[in-house]
Amino acid sequence: MAINILMPALSPTMEEGTLAKWLVKEGDTVSSGDIMAEIETDKATMEFEATDEGVVGKILVAEGTEGVKVNAPIAVLLEDGEDATAPAPAVAPAQEIEAPTAVASTTAPASVATPDNRPTMEEIPAGTTFKTQTVREALRDAMSEEMRTTDEVYLMGEEVAEYQGAYKISQGMLDEFGPKRVIDTPITEHGFTGIAVGSAFAGLKPIVEFMTFNFAMQAIDHIINSAAKTLYMSGGQMGCSIVFRGANGAAARVGAQHSQDYAAWYAQIPGLKVVQPYSAADAKGLLKSAIRDPNPVLVLENEILYGRSFEVPEIDDFTVPIGRARIWRQGTDVTIVSFGIGMQYALEAADELAKEGIEAEVIDLRSIRPIDYETILTSVRKTNRCVTVEEGFPVCSIGNHLSAKIMTEAFDYLDAPVINCTGKDVPMPYAANLEKLALVTTKEVIDAVKSVTYR
Amino acid sequence: MAARKPAKKSNTSKEELLAFYREMLLIRRFEEKAGQLYGMGLIGGFCHLYIGQEAVVVGLEATTKEGDQRITSYRDHGHMLACGMDPKGVMAELTGRIDGYSKGKGGSMHMFSAEKNFFGGHGIVGAQVPLGAGLGFANWYRGNDNVSFAYFGDGSANQGQVYETFNMASLWGLPVVFVIENNQYAMGTAMKRSTSSPDIYTRGQAFGIPGEAVDGMDVLAVKEAGEKAVAHCRAGKGPYILEMKTYRYRGHSMSDPAKYRTREEVQKVREEKDPIDHVRDLLVQGKHATEDDLKAIDKEIKATVNESAQFAQASPEPDLSELWTDIYA
Ligand SMILES: Cc1ncc(C[n+]2csc(CCOP(=O)(O)OP(=O)(O)O)c2C)c(N)n1
Ligand SMILES: [Mg+2]
Repeated sequence: MAINILMPALSPTMEEGTLAKWLVKEGDTVSSGDIMAEIETDKATMEFEATDEGVVGKILVAEGTEGVKVNAPIAVLLEDGEDATAPAPAVAPAQEIEAPTAVASTTAPASVATPDNRPTMEEIPAGTTFKTQTVREALRDAMSEEMRTTDEVYLMGEEVAEYQGAYKISQGMLDEFGPKRVIDTPITEHGFTGIAVGSAFAGLKPIVEFMTFNFAMQAIDHIINSAAKTLYMSGGQMGCSIVFRGANGAAARVGAQHSQDYAAWYAQIPGLKVVQPYSAADAKGLLKSAIRDPNPVLVLENEILYGRSFEVPEIDDFTVPIGRARIWRQGTDVTIVSFGIGMQYALEAADELAKEGIEAEVIDLRSIRPIDYETILTSVRKTNRCVTVEEGFPVCSIGNHLSAKIMTEAFDYLDAPVINCTGKDVPMPYAANLEKLALVTTKEVIDAVKSVTYR
Repeated sequence: MAARKPAKKSNTSKEELLAFYREMLLIRRFEEKAGQLYGMGLIGGFCHLYIGQEAVVVGLEATTKEGDQRITSYRDHGHMLACGMDPKGVMAELTGRIDGYSKGKGGSMHMFSAEKNFFGGHGIVGAQVPLGAGLGFANWYRGNDNVSFAYFGDGSANQGQVYETFNMASLWGLPVVFVIENNQYAMGTAMKRSTSSPDIYTRGQAFGIPGEAVDGMDVLAVKEAGEKAVAHCRAGKGPYILEMKTYRYRGHSMSDPAKYRTREEVQKVREEKDPIDHVRDLLVQGKHATEDDLKAIDKEIKATVNESAQFAQASPEPDLSELWTDIYA
């Protein structure tokens, strides 16, 4: 029986793709493992292999077609002895997709998030123009700009050079800076982190990319015992100007060992600075500041945010100071404090709540250490209520710490206990339904706000 | 890869060759099906296929006995099938359903079977090496003659904890077979770009651990080397290193565009060294099986795999209450 070949999902986040090239034609015999086509996903161009034997009866989607949905039939494979002229049973010609059709134009434009107002963006002069960039591009630009400024900065990590980055953050950097400054390491986090920290003792300014922060656990001794404490232990003689960066937090369906938010872990350590940007502009500005900072700085990025687009100011040498929060949205009824991907839930919740007449003030911490307490306390003294939102585990969370701080410094202003919205107190499950339940949700934020506002 | 040694006739039999053929084919067809289900969005996250490396686990499992343990990385589907775990339970874990080996909570990279002494399925590169030595430690501690198999890749072989483990395993004489599955790449990094010496098996020398390189595309060579290693461990002589020279045909995981090697390179290994074709040739040339016999086996295995895929789609998602179970004993 003829088999429909369907558009495959070739990455955890792919929903549609471009059928870039057919490597077989109608009438060709293929066997399992033969490469049939090249397909462009959201991340890369992938080869697509046959999984059955047979003869290519009909190609349904011409090469060059964009926006082909996952699971749409793209060709018909005939089994032994079937006639190539026999009609394929499941797909009528009317369903054929021609290249490039309206399907292409229905491709959703990259979503662009823009803050309603920018009261704390005083660093950006009036009249500045903005360009739309992904977080991925913004991070690459930050590193490249700093590497152009000084030779002391280099990038080291697994797959950062020839592979162009496991998540394509360092795309093009090997070409520009060469293999001495963009260095592929073996899979030896403890070892290469130690080497990078040692080179920082000697005055270089390394950027260490962890493929994800889950693997920085192998190196956490050097991050904490070597990088964070040496300035103190040497009585100020010898510091460590280094950046540790990479994807942090849950991606999609990658299970317990690959889905964890380390914000609270690193936030505990004196001697470290920790930033966790949400927008592309903050990713760029904070990473540039981190590279220049004379201290060890952790830049906790997020895989899901890498592909998201935001407005980035077109300013030469745009930086964001470490230790300053940003008010994304002003409001009078409740203060929502978040950071990193938690901002997505905070902002969505604020939009929903506004429809019900609740005006939330949404603060993006951006820096987890040092924390901009003043911005939070000023807001809470105005709204008298606070909800925190983060993806990490609930016990000893950043929200717990903020609650304590608010209780100590603004107790008399509070009209309700602070509520912390967090990930659940369980290792991340793989099953799709359980994973959804384990993560913090917009609804939980809305419910928390209603609870502190007694609605 | 070294040229394939001709199989010694005395060391195998028709029955064994047929069993190897079946077991390797089951892994290959299972993995192809998993790739298909991933393409349909039924499997999520990371999914690392074992296609090309089948001879390694199948040859080594032939040297094990009841009570021996195995542990490996995230590229674990082949190991589970080879040690006798049910394809249905494995596939259902891949789709994240309640009938999966970990009730859908582990996924492709994290699956376990206490019954089969399969200790996972580990996502952190290199972590399974000391864990595997710990399984060997338990055998040594209890004074039984069981052996543990710790499988890891060429890339993992650079992790520091591997050498800490080598030292202690040798110092204490632990019965562990360290199996380096050298498929020549760690994600996009060819071995010569990450590893200072070409022969990983020689790295045990500094710790007094014997090691050898094995043609990991030849199931008979694998079994022969495995028998020697296992005998060494069971006799209380300490650990043994086997470096299996093998090859993965597919990308590192489903989302790897594999631009770091040529299509020709992959094609050449497939044509000249395929472990399944090798046994198929031995079966046909030795007149142990006709083309029709082999076709019948193919059909049977396809049916098993299809059944596992149907099972894995029909099995329900875990009940939401499962989120909160299994956190503490
Ligand atoms: C500690 C750690 N660092 C990095 C990774 C990301 N990673 C996953 S697999 C892999 C390559 C491993 O290659 P190898 O050991 O040769 O095994 P293979 O995939 O070839 O079976 C890398 C870098 C990880 N999972 N754990
Ligand atoms: Mg490898």
